[in-house]
Amino acid sequence: MKKIIYGEILSNDEISTNIFDMKVKAEDISKEAKAGQFAQLFTGKGELILPRPISICEAENGILRFVYMKVGKGTDVFSKMKKGESIKILAPCGNGFYMTDAKEHIIVGGGIGIPPMLELTKRLKGKKTVILGSRSKGILAEEFKKYADEVYIASDDGSEGFKGNVVDLMREKNITGDMIYACGPKIMLKFVSMYADEKNTECQVSMEERMACGIGACVGCVVKIKDSKGEESYKKVCKDGPVFYSSEVVWE
Amino acid sequence: MNTSVEICGVKMKNPVTTASGTFASGREYGEFIDLNRLGAVTVKGVASKAWSGNPAPRIAEVYGGMLNSVGLQNPGVDWFIENDIPFLREYDTKIIVNVCGHSEEEYVDVVKKLRGADVDLLELNISCPNVSEGGMAFGTDPKTAENIVREVKKYADKPLIVKLSPNVTDITAIAKADVNGGADALSLINTVNAMKIDIYRRKAVLSRKTGGMSGPAVKPIAVRMVYEVCNQVNVPVIGMGGISNGEDAIEFIMAGATMVSVGTANFTDPFATIKTIEGIEAYMKKYNVNDIRDIRGIV
Repeated sequence: MKKIIYGEILSNDEISTNIFDMKVKAEDISKEAKAGQFAQLFTGKGELILPRPISICEAENGILRFVYMKVGKGTDVFSKMKKGESIKILAPCGNGFYMTDAKEHIIVGGGIGIPPMLELTKRLKGKKTVILGSRSKGILAEEFKKYADEVYIASDDGSEGFKGNVVDLMREKNITGDMIYACGPKIMLKFVSMYADEKNTECQVSMEERMACGIGACVGCVVKIKDSKGEESYKKVCKDGPVFYSSEVVWE
Repeated sequence: MNTSVEICGVKMKNPVTTASGTFASGREYGEFIDLNRLGAVTVKGVASKAWSGNPAPRIAEVYGGMLNSVGLQNPGVDWFIENDIPFLREYDTKIIVNVCGHSEEEYVDVVKKLRGADVDLLELNISCPNVSEGGMAFGTDPKTAENIVREVKKYADKPLIVKLSPNVTDITAIAKADVNGGADALSLINTVNAMKIDIYRRKAVLSRKTGGMSGPAVKPIAVRMVYEVCNQVNVPVIGMGGISNGEDAIEFIMAGATMVSVGTANFTDPFATIKTIEGIEAYMKKYNVNDIRDIRGIV
């Protein structure tokens, strides 16, 4: 059940350039939240009328953790919020990753798509291989190492780990498993999806789109999905997603 | 204190409904608010068949408002009759069905299929700016509007509200034409044609380039248009455009509106409809207004 709360901010620190790590007290939501779900965060500024969808990085011990990038006016407001202030949150939103009986998991995060993969990595049971990609130096790698069997790092500029993108790295290391989970830029998701097809491995992707209500009412945040008969229609990222099987997505 | 209002014989417990397209059929917001408290629920546009809508991005935020180019994605009237009417009938609220189409035949088809359906009022959407055929094209020329209203009215077995576009030179000319064609009530405003450009990517934010603007920033335009229309026609008017709270609603009522719709404000605050109802009551109490009708059109 989704809830709207005013949560107390316990910390809100810049952990890398323009990347912030906010922890919020949210007893009920933290219990309820599944890996891959997101929250609508409200700015409280009258001129910014829409909430901002932010992925849940961790949900445990009554605390929600958001690791977000300052990219515009809304996230700029969040970045200036201080410990002790409260923030309005509507959560948990969306479906989250599907927990299947897969045993060997490949978890792929790119850029600001990395944070939701942390809670997922924690909760999955079995062998866990994590691949993190960033333009330059990435985030959260040390934390992933606590929960994963192996963590591979790729950076576009070679400043950390493998020089290149996550899919190049996966090819080079011949990463295999029985389920792939990915969150990141759309172009990365498309290439991860192609890799999954090559390896004949199932793949779940967490999609992003410009959103208004966040609960499925306004039909703003759509992505083109094909059903088992190949019929295409627009599905709502906020309610039908954000996680879809890559085989359903019509990649453009 | 009386907050109840009547539109064409349909009595509502209070003057607050939802703006079509912002509230779906109430399920999602029903997780947060008690739908029984609403005067009516105005559902998202219903077409004769399922519509796929426009490609994303469909949403852009602007200062004090937002643009959308959803394009009336909906599962069609048959699905609506089977799923949404039974859902809404569980609640003590009136049902206003927004009817959309690409052609006169499609509007008529929806209205025919809704004959005998357990709904209270129909709202003819000839003002959506986000579809290339039909939609706003029907609602921006008085003669075309009058003809389509007259045709649809022949088949409607519920009172017919016609929703007006603000994207015209003289909204009162369209309003009068709709009433001549047989409109039992009018609702306004639909969204305002608008555009946002991403200067860093050097392209329009919306995939369709332009969209409809809504939210607090359009409210003064909407109040002015409701005021002008109410002074020119003698049918009830449902006022909307940027209403977020009781004070906003009172403004529209003073401009002449019988009912008001809360739309985009639901996104900013899922409790916006309830707060608007409570805000109207608080205003009436504080300023000794015994009957909401006493302040209608007072300006």
